[in-house]
Amino acid sequence: MVDLAVYGRLARAQVRSQLSYRGSFAINLVAQALAQGSDLIVILIVFGRVSSLGGFDFHAVLLFYALSGLSFGLADLSVGSIERLPSYIRTGTFDIVLMRPLGTLTQLFVSDFQLRRIGRALTAFGTLVYVLSTSDIHWTPASALLLVLTPLAGATIFGSIFVAANSVSFWLIDAQELANSVTYGGSYLTAYPVSVFGRALRILLAYVVPGAFVAYYPALTLLDHPDPLGAPTWLGWLDTPVALLTATVAGLIWRTAVRHYRGTGS
Amino acid sequence: MIEVSELGRTFTVSRKAGRFKRTRAEVVAVGGVSFEVAADETVGYIGPNGAGKSTTIKMLTGILVPTSGRVRVCGLDPSRQRAELARRIGVVFGQRSQLWWDLPLRESFELLRHIYRVPAGDHAKRLEECTELLGLQAFLDTPVRQLSLGQRMRGEVTAALLHGPELLVLDEPTIGLDLDSKERLREFLAELNTSRGTTLLLTTHDLDDIERLCRRMMVIDHGRVLADGPLAELRDEVTPERLLVVDFERPCDELTGLPGVQTVKVEANGLRQQLSFRRDAVTAATLITMIAERSPVHDVSVIEPDIDDVVRQLYHR
Repeated sequence: MVDLAVYGRLARAQVRSQLSYRGSFAINLVAQALAQGSDLIVILIVFGRVSSLGGFDFHAVLLFYALSGLSFGLADLSVGSIERLPSYIRTGTFDIVLMRPLGTLTQLFVSDFQLRRIGRALTAFGTLVYVLSTSDIHWTPASALLLVLTPLAGATIFGSIFVAANSVSFWLIDAQELANSVTYGGSYLTAYPVSVFGRALRILLAYVVPGAFVAYYPALTLLDHPDPLGAPTWLGWLDTPVALLTATVAGLIWRTAVRHYRGTGS
Repeated sequence: MIEVSELGRTFTVSRKAGRFKRTRAEVVAVGGVSFEVAADETVGYIGPNGAGKSTTIKMLTGILVPTSGRVRVCGLDPSRQRAELARRIGVVFGQRSQLWWDLPLRESFELLRHIYRVPAGDHAKRLEECTELLGLQAFLDTPVRQLSLGQRMRGEVTAALLHGPELLVLDEPTIGLDLDSKERLREFLAELNTSRGTTLLLTTHDLDDIERLCRRMMVIDHGRVLADGPLAELRDEVTPERLLVVDFERPCDELTGLPGVQTVKVEANGLRQQLSFRRDAVTAATLITMIAERSPVHDVSVIEPDIDDVVRQLYHR
């Protein structure tokens, strides 16, 4: 708990630093919100032409999009600064992280904490509020709990993917683009119903990188909508255990990776 | 305080060999060094670029994992007990900053207080001490990005000391500083060692740092310790010759037949002669008396070998 307070302090210090450049902060916040919104426009255009996508109506697809976007936004906000890792390693700044009496991962999470990243989460959250207010979901305490857990589990899954993908930079110098393709690519895939993808990608999303658990399965459970591919409706409840498992695996990858840190010449 | 035995670190690098082929090669950065540093010692760790100084320092502080050998710092295994060790040692990297770039210096110190969980009273006392001795008052409220290198370095040293470490490790602390700032920093560090008993281990290329600060010098090259001991002892061992410059009252023939003495130079028809002599063969006083018996002497001076010469000799040994 004591450590949590320290990380909070570090994150706030980071925000204070950014506020010393107020103009760019505001522009960035808007840019992030618009970036997330552009995906929404794609969905609107598609549904201007078709009435269902992979067996789902506009409403359901919007729910996938909102849950996935909110998960990604929360992960990006809390864990996103790990994308600086490749440059920390290349320049040797990672030395400083290792010389402090705190965990390496958590230090990285707050090292470049950017409040402007909340823009993404806000757009997705707005969409979610809209979808839910116009939906005919039958609300029970259980489904309300699932609704709260889903973005948290989804953010954990995305965060784990961020960590695992960026761990590669301990072996490969400047693996930034590789890591980005996995993280941002992952966000794109999870926004659509799994049923629109081919078999290979479906297996990858459901079992290897558990992207299908970010939005697809929990949304099916919420909507009480049968999976066109035949998965049971209760599968959405597994999102939290799956998220914890993913986080454990990512943690192990990270621990191995840090021991491979080689530093720079001086 | 520090125990190191047969410590080694190799890096695997892949090199281009042909258009697509790559070969992997092992590069030895540190090849089995052993030494011990006792509490309240001051040790200068020197060597040419690429000798393995920084790699050793990083293994001592838990930043790099050794590939072979054993390290103990404050009785802890640095890479396995990294966080625990971090609370007990201070580290200053001359070429990196641990301060928050956009925040005032004072706020960086406040954050470090929380990171190291230092009681507010201890923190205030140490900060006040450093502020006074290092003259931080004028720029405590300036964002770090606006500080000069000398000011920032003073900030870095303070940052490393606020949690009251038993051991302070400095990697090239005086690099890029002007003479005045260097001097001020050395004075502060020397004082830190005598008054608080903080053990100092520093790497440097500036041999004045060693002369002013370190009672013991370790020389490393190609990942091996070449020499280890008090500066004076190393000097006697490596460059036992001293130089005697004699000015005579009147021109004098080249001096010969003196025990353990060699003529280096005869100037102005023998009015000034430079002789090198081994300190273990004859004392300067005896030698001067012997010379004065031959011809009246106007002036003499004894020149000790420069520390740079000592180190140059060691590197080429």
